[in-house]
Amino acid sequence: MKVPFAGAIDCDLHPLMPSATALLPYLDEYWRDQLVNRHIDRYSFVLTSYPPYSPLSARPDWRQTSGLPAGDIDAIRRHALDPFGTRLAICNVLHGAVALFNEDMAAALCAAVNDWTAKELLDREPRLRASILLPAHNPALALREIERLAPDRRFVQVLLLAMGEMLLGRRTYWPIYAAAEKHGLAIGIHAGSTYHHAPTPSGWPAHRVEDYVAQSAAFESQLLSFLTEGVFQKFPALKLVLIESGVTWLPTLLWRTNKTWRGVRPEVPWIDRPPAELLREHVRLTLQPLDVPRGDPQRFARVLDHVGSDRMLLFSTDYPHWHFDGEDVLPDGLTDDTLRRFMIDNPLETYPRLRDGTVADHAVLRDNASASQEHVR
Amino acid sequence: MSRQVVARASEVVPGTSKIVTVKGRDIGIFNIDGSYFALANRCPHAGGPLCSGRIVPLAMSDGPGHYRLARHQEFLRCPWHGWEFDIRTGQSWCDPHSTRARQFAVTIESGAELVKGPYVAETFTVSVEEDYLVIELAG
Amino acid sequence: MNVPFQHAGASQHLMIVDCDIHPAYRTPADLHPFLPARWREHMTTFGEHLRQGLSGQLAWPRMMAAGMRLDAFPEAGPPGSDLELMRRQHLDANGVEYGMLMQLSRGGMEERNLDFAAALSRAVNDWQLEEWVKPEPRLRAGIVVPQEDAAFAVSEIERRANDPAFVQILISPRASDPLGHRRYWPIYEAAQRCRRPIALHVQGYSGGHASTGSGWPTYYMQEHYATTTGMQNTVTSLVFEGVFERFPDLKVVLIEGGFTWVPSLCWRMDKHWQRMRKETPDLKRPPSEYVRDHCWFTTQPIEEPEVPAHLADVISWLGWDRVMFSTDYPHWDFDHPQQAFKFELSEEQKRKVFRDNAKALYGLT
Repeated sequence: MKVPFAGAIDCDLHPLMPSATALLPYLDEYWRDQLVNRHIDRYSFVLTSYPPYSPLSARPDWRQTSGLPAGDIDAIRRHALDPFGTRLAICNVLHGAVALFNEDMAAALCAAVNDWTAKELLDREPRLRASILLPAHNPALALREIERLAPDRRFVQVLLLAMGEMLLGRRTYWPIYAAAEKHGLAIGIHAGSTYHHAPTPSGWPAHRVEDYVAQSAAFESQLLSFLTEGVFQKFPALKLVLIESGVTWLPTLLWRTNKTWRGVRPEVPWIDRPPAELLREHVRLTLQPLDVPRGDPQRFARVLDHVGSDRMLLFSTDYPHWHFDGEDVLPDGLTDDTLRRFMIDNPLETYPRLRDGTVADHAVLRDNASASQEHVR
Repeated sequence: MSRQVVARASEVVPGTSKIVTVKGRDIGIFNIDGSYFALANRCPHAGGPLCSGRIVPLAMSDGPGHYRLARHQEFLRCPWHGWEFDIRTGQSWCDPHSTRARQFAVTIESGAELVKGPYVAETFTVSVEEDYLVIELAG
Repeated sequence: MNVPFQHAGASQHLMIVDCDIHPAYRTPADLHPFLPARWREHMTTFGEHLRQGLSGQLAWPRMMAAGMRLDAFPEAGPPGSDLELMRRQHLDANGVEYGMLMQLSRGGMEERNLDFAAALSRAVNDWQLEEWVKPEPRLRAGIVVPQEDAAFAVSEIERRANDPAFVQILISPRASDPLGHRRYWPIYEAAQRCRRPIALHVQGYSGGHASTGSGWPTYYMQEHYATTTGMQNTVTSLVFEGVFERFPDLKVVLIEGGFTWVPSLCWRMDKHWQRMRKETPDLKRPPSEYVRDHCWFTTQPIEEPEVPAHLADVISWLGWDRVMFSTDYPHWDFDHPQQAFKFELSEEQKRKVFRDNAKALYGLT
C-alpha cells in the first residue's frame, strides 16, 4: 500500500556514488597523486554486490538514460523524497573503498566520500542525513573517522557491510562501538560483501541472486555475533540497525537464540536476559526489501506477532533498489498506529541525532500526519 | 499428605544427591551445606531426568570476557539440555518467572514416629540412633 | 544409583519414525574389520585429515560431555555406541518403529585424502549394516559417500542400491562447493535413479570455508546457529542451480538444520527471483515450488517460541506434510517425542509428523 500520511523518515536511501574524479578535491595531495598516476581514478569502485545494470540495483523508472542507477540530488528529490512525503532520509553511500585491502587507501577514500556527502548532498538538501562510511577492517582508522565527523550532527549513523573481514561483534571492533555510543550514532550494517570470505559455509554460489538471498543469513550471523560477544552489555546505549535485510527471517532467530541460551548460558555468562529481549531492545531493521508473499494481506501482520515487537521496524524505500513498484512501499494489513511507529516514531527513537532541532517539529509532524490522514486515501 | 522415610541423612552428604523412588515418583534429594532439598526427577522443560544432572556452581559475569563462579554446589544442570535450576527453590535460572522444577519439602526427623517407606530402616529394634530423612508427599 | 527414567504422560499409543539417530563407534578400531589392511594402517599412522586445527577435538568445545545427554553413556564407549542401551533408553521407551541412522563421523565426507575417503565410506556403510541394521530391524542406514569424489560416490551408491537396509544417501551440506554445483550432479542422478533421497545432516566440520560469510564464530552459541544459516544457503543453491529442474524426481531431506526459516526463505527467494529471472533461465517455476515438491525437514532441534501456537503458524505455511519428527538421540539437544511440541496437534498432524510423512518418503510400510 501507499504511504497514508506525510512525514516519514526514510532510513535507507542510496545516492548516486561520486566518481573517483569527483572525490579528488577531497583527498590530500599524496592520494590525489596515487589515484591519478596509477589510473585508479578511472575505476568506479562499484561493489560486486550491486552490479549497476542488474534489475535489483535500480527500478527501471529510477535509472538514468544511460541505464545506470539514478540518484543525483534532483533524482533523489523527484523519485524518493517528494512522492512519499518524506520529511527526512538517511543516505547510505555504498562506496567500494571498503573492499580495498590497503587500509590507508580505504580510509582516505572513505573520508573523501564522507566529505563529498556532506558538501554535495547534506549542504544542498535539508531533508537529507547520512551514515559515516567506515574502513572497518582497521578499527583505529575507523575510530579516527568517527571522531573527525561526529561534530557534524547530520551524520546519524556509522556504516558497515554485512559481510566483511570478521564478524562484527568481535572485540577488535569495540573502539568503533564505544565512539558511536559516545556520540549518539547508530551502528548501521548494510547488505553487501567485501567477499574476503566465501559468502556461504560451503563456498561460492554461482549466481548473483543467490548471493543476494544469502545476505539475510549474513545478518543473522552478525546478530549472533553482537549478542554473544556481549556488545549490548558493554555498550548499553547502542542501537544496531540492519539495513536491507529482508526482515521476515527474524522470528526464527529470536526463538532459537532464547532456546540455545538456556542450555549454553555459562559459556557467555554476561548475557543476563533472554536474547530475544536484548535484541528487541537494541536492534532495528529497515523495511525494504520486505520478504513476504503476495496475496495474503495478513501475512506480515502475523510475522510481526511472531517478532513480538512493533518497535523494531524502520521505514525505508531503499531507493533506487527495486523492491516495490510505484508507491506501493508499505505492506498491507497494518493499522495506522503501527505505520506511524514505523515511519516516524521508531526512526526518531533509534537515531537520537534526528531529534536535533526536530523535537518541536516532531509535534508538528504528528499534527500534520493526523490532519493529512483525512485527505489521503 | 503423607510422610515417607526415604534415606538416611548420612547418605546424602553436603554437595551430593541421591535419587529415590517414593510411591512411583522419582525424587532427588540434595544437601547444600547441611540443609536438605528435594526435587522431582523430571525437568519441566522436556521431561529429562533432572536430578541425575551435575551439581554445579553458577557462572556469573561483570561483563564480556569476565568470568566468576558463585553459589557453589547450589545449582543443578539438566543432563539433557543443560538448563540450570536453583536446587533450593527449583527455579530455572534462565527463566525465573516461568519455569520451576517441582519441589518437595524435606525435613530431618527421627525414625520412630513415621510411616515406614520403601527404604527399610536399618534397625529392626526400636532404636533411634540415626537421623532419618523423611519426605512429605501429597496423597 | 540410577533410577530408570519414567516420563509422565500416557503410554505411547503412536509408534513413531525417528529421522535422526546417531550411532557411534566404541573405539575407532570398530571400523578396522571393515577396512583393508593398507587403510587400517593408514588410519592408525596418519588418521583422518580434516580441515580443522585440533585433532579429534572440536574448536568450539561443547557445553556438555562432548555434546551428549549425560544419561546416555553406556558402561563402556560413548553415547550411541551401545545398541542395548539405545534399545532400552530410546527405541523401546519411545515407541520407535523405525529409526534413521546418521553416522557422520569417519565416513569420508570431510576427508581430504580421497582414496582414504573412499575406503572409509565403504567401511562405514558395511559397519552400519553389520553392527546396527542386521541386529536391529527397526533401524535403517544411510549410504555415506564422499561428495567431493562424485565418481566414487556414484559407485558406492550403486553398490548399495539393491539393499533395502539403506534408505537414503548421506553427503555433507558443508562441502567444498555449494551443493547445487554441477560437480555434485552425478550423485543426484544416481540418487534419482536408485530412488533414494539425499540426506543432508548439519556438519560440524568444514569443507574449507568459514561458517559464516563474514568469518568464524567465537562461541559455540554462534556455531550452533551457523548450521541453520548454512542450511538456508544450501537450499538456495539447490534451487537456483536448477538441481530440482534437472532431477525432477530427486528428494532431499534436511536434518537438524531447523525448519521455521523455510517459509521466509521461500518468500525471499521468490521475491528476488522475480526480479532476477533472466539470470537463471533454466528455472521454470518459482523457487518456493521447488522446495515444496522436493524438500523435507526434520523437526529437531524444534523451536520453542514464547507463544507456542506461533510454531503452528509456521508449520502450516511450510506444510504439515513436509516436517518429520526426529530426536537426535543421544545428543544434548535431543527432542523427546512427547515433549517436543508445546501446543496440541490434531491426530492427523501427529500421524503425519511422527510417522506417515517419513514412511511415505522412505517407502516404509
